[in-house]
Amino acid sequence: MNADTPLYTGADWDYPLIKKAFDAIERVAIDEMGLDPYPSQVEVISSEQMLDAYSSMGMPLFYRHWSFGKHFARDEMYYRKGMTGLAYEIVINSNPCLCYIMEENTMTMQTLVMAHAAFGHSHFFKNNHLFRSWTDAEGILDYLDFAKAYVSECEERYGQREVERVLDAAHALMTHGVHRYPRRQPLNLHQEMQRKKERRRYEEQTFSDLWRTLPQRPDQPAPQVQALDKRREALRLPEENLLYFLEKRAPRLHHWQREILRIVRVVSQYFYPQKQTKVMNEGCATSVHYHLMTRLHETGRLTDGAFMEFLHHHTNVVFQPEYDDPRFSGINPYALGFNILQDLKRMCLNPTEEDRRWFPDIAGNGDFLSTWKQAWAEYRDESFILQFLGPKVMRDMRLFSVRDDADEANLMVEAIHDDGGYRDVRRALSGQYDLARHEPDIQVVDVDLSGDRRLILEHRAVDGRLLEESDARQVLRHLATLWGYGVKLYEVDPRTDKVLNEFPEVAPATD
Amino acid sequence: MVNIVDRRLNPKDKSLANRQRFIGRARRQILDAVRDVSARRKVADIGQGGEEISIPADGLQEPGFRKGSGKGLRRHVVPGNKQYVAGDAIARPEGGQGQGGRGGSPQGEGEDVFQFTVSRDEFLDLFFENLELPDLVRTQLTKVEHQGLQRAGYSVSGSPSNLNLARTMRNSLSRRLALKRPRREETRVLDEEIDRLERSGKDPERLRALIKLREEQIVRAKRIPYIDPIDLRYNRFDPVPKPISQAVMFCLMDVSGSMTEDMKDLAKRFFMLLYLFLQRRYQHVDIVFIRHTHIAQEVDEDTFFYSRETGGTLVSPALEEMERVLRERYDPTDWNIYAAQASDGDNTPADNPAVVEMMESLILPVCRYFAYIEVAEERGWEMTTDLWQVYERLVKAGRPLAMRKVKSRADIFPVFRDLFTPVELRR
Repeated sequence: MNADTPLYTGADWDYPLIKKAFDAIERVAIDEMGLDPYPSQVEVISSEQMLDAYSSMGMPLFYRHWSFGKHFARDEMYYRKGMTGLAYEIVINSNPCLCYIMEENTMTMQTLVMAHAAFGHSHFFKNNHLFRSWTDAEGILDYLDFAKAYVSECEERYGQREVERVLDAAHALMTHGVHRYPRRQPLNLHQEMQRKKERRRYEEQTFSDLWRTLPQRPDQPAPQVQALDKRREALRLPEENLLYFLEKRAPRLHHWQREILRIVRVVSQYFYPQKQTKVMNEGCATSVHYHLMTRLHETGRLTDGAFMEFLHHHTNVVFQPEYDDPRFSGINPYALGFNILQDLKRMCLNPTEEDRRWFPDIAGNGDFLSTWKQAWAEYRDESFILQFLGPKVMRDMRLFSVRDDADEANLMVEAIHDDGGYRDVRRALSGQYDLARHEPDIQVVDVDLSGDRRLILEHRAVDGRLLEESDARQVLRHLATLWGYGVKLYEVDPRTDKVLNEFPEVAPATD
Repeated sequence: MVNIVDRRLNPKDKSLANRQRFIGRARRQILDAVRDVSARRKVADIGQGGEEISIPADGLQEPGFRKGSGKGLRRHVVPGNKQYVAGDAIARPEGGQGQGGRGGSPQGEGEDVFQFTVSRDEFLDLFFENLELPDLVRTQLTKVEHQGLQRAGYSVSGSPSNLNLARTMRNSLSRRLALKRPRREETRVLDEEIDRLERSGKDPERLRALIKLREEQIVRAKRIPYIDPIDLRYNRFDPVPKPISQAVMFCLMDVSGSMTEDMKDLAKRFFMLLYLFLQRRYQHVDIVFIRHTHIAQEVDEDTFFYSRETGGTLVSPALEEMERVLRERYDPTDWNIYAAQASDGDNTPADNPAVVEMMESLILPVCRYFAYIEVAEERGWEMTTDLWQVYERLVKAGRPLAMRKVKSRADIFPVFRDLFTPVELRR
């Protein structure tokens, strides 16, 4: 095949063209860039179907719940009124990787979308460590299929209202239904023995009879505290995965209700890595499509016209309005991710003195692709920014950090893009992407299963930021519904353990 | 490696079930909003497609634990610094950002409002929920004029246009298989072989046998036709009587000088609801519009609603006109007759006896239902009008007459619902 002929001319697309474009992109992506995406399945859908997909978290199939209908109603209205456009694509972290492309798009757009989703996102999904350790791309669609069937079977058997009650409550706790740290895998017998042996050897080696002669501490902790400790240990408290705790420990749930909690929890866990990698994920996909499209153009496979069209879309995507612009609505993850990655590339290829000071390992290493790939694989937004946000990007975007202390009358500019401020701005920005800082840290701290069974929760209020009251009350009500007994929430200062706020005990709704 | 799938033909409305659940959940709020909209909307727009409605979000929130904005310390990193250096103080922006354009709630409080669009069908469904045309079924007339056709399996005879090709060919194929009619490929193979043998001149024995076989086949193919009359199948349609309940609705309106524009507007709204309601519920409902001042005339819909007319007020001519139309076109034995009258209640006192007479002897006996709507100025005097008194007497005498007063746009819908709620659902 002649590599220099354009893949297509004009805006119209058909299946052979899409196939051809995909193959051309694939050759560059795999052979030149060495990307490692999942196999892809490109699905062409209409705008209605895109709206449909929006409403159920972008997944092709999902159990039924009124809240999805609510989102759909809103999205549809905004779309019909022209207030928002639709996304150009949706990509699903599954194997094969599903990419939805819209029928209205031009051929250039389809090419761009495939480069973006089927290679950029797909590579990221497959290689980023968060996705590798937390999501199951092979099984997710099957699982959702099961979930959908299960929920609808429950609705038939126990009534839509009953199921809705559980789902409502579970959705309210969804953000607190994830394991943030990998659980320890149970050891098998062989490993257990091995360990025991090692431990004994260690003890033998370090045995010293002297320890026996040390006086014992006379004061035992109060029996109450002991009981508390024992209880907490038995229930593995504190526990921050509220849904998990309820699923396993709530005394009054039926089996099907536990299963529904589990479904919501699994879904929440599946999306947890995506929440933590918005900047990187989009940055990765955007950089990949930019590289791929540029390469296609350089080798004559894209016409100049198509390339101009692509650039137009691309600049729209990475456009970052400034803070005083009416269009400003936070930092655009596409822009930030793309800028950082492009800056990395520049450092690898044309480093300046400053780069050598800031990034001695990277500056001038000449291999930006491996640098990228390593970043994509090993980091999440927070650590990625902390590690790779360079002074040049901060200068270019003119980032500055504002301190907003509710106790003070004015906002304060803490740091700007200058020598004294780079590190502070970077740390602040990285903190902005730290989910642990975003989402309140709420844990189950105590429950007396043999007593009044009251569930005690604790919100460790970082920086003195308390919960939104009315929302929290509603969630507590849901929580009490699931738990079946009273629920009490304290907000404490994590440094001093002082109670800052206390919610009245919520009893389960009786109906 | 890539797999391209066209999903465009997959069923749409995948989230329809979710949407219905949502509407079911917010039913009460949506009903209120729909009623509100009907009061605000221009007459001609009612039922003209979807409607954007706002409903209070209570019961629709999806709460979650989140950090409040009130207390504590936060840091924001934002792009586009132009003039600041570290240490600058910035005045706190008033009222927070990002709150504009959401539209205040009617309570003026921080209550969250959810906006969305209901489709025309959903709108009307909600709008007319549980409403029935009174007594329609009871006087269901036996006159059946419409003969519908219904698919009723297959028959062996029929008109060629009803020929069911698939069935026919299936029969033909099975018959041909069963009777072992030689297939075209078989004869072709045979022909070729005969041809070859003839050319080469070898094996005359076999040639003869083949020719014989070939002849047998030809005979057989002739005897067993490709399509036999017994294969033919036709789609069969049975005529079924489709009962129609026919009804005629008379809309009477006072358009005289004593009716202000506002009052006319109210009346128009009421009729508009009626009109929509009838159009939606019943396929065969005739509507007759009669407007009157001191004279009455039957007019078409547009004239009825939109043309201006002034004059004195006499009610009896309208009733006479109605009676005339009834006599000419709507025989009470064939039609269910309903009437709705809107007026400000003015009538020349001298006309009242005539009205009573007309109503008692001619109109009410044939009417299944007569709804009277009295429209009044929003800040008008609370006083009983002539017509109201007259009609009240009729109601007391147990006539099928319903009457209500309407003052503002917001009243229209409740009154309408009230009048047309089936008896068993009334509290």
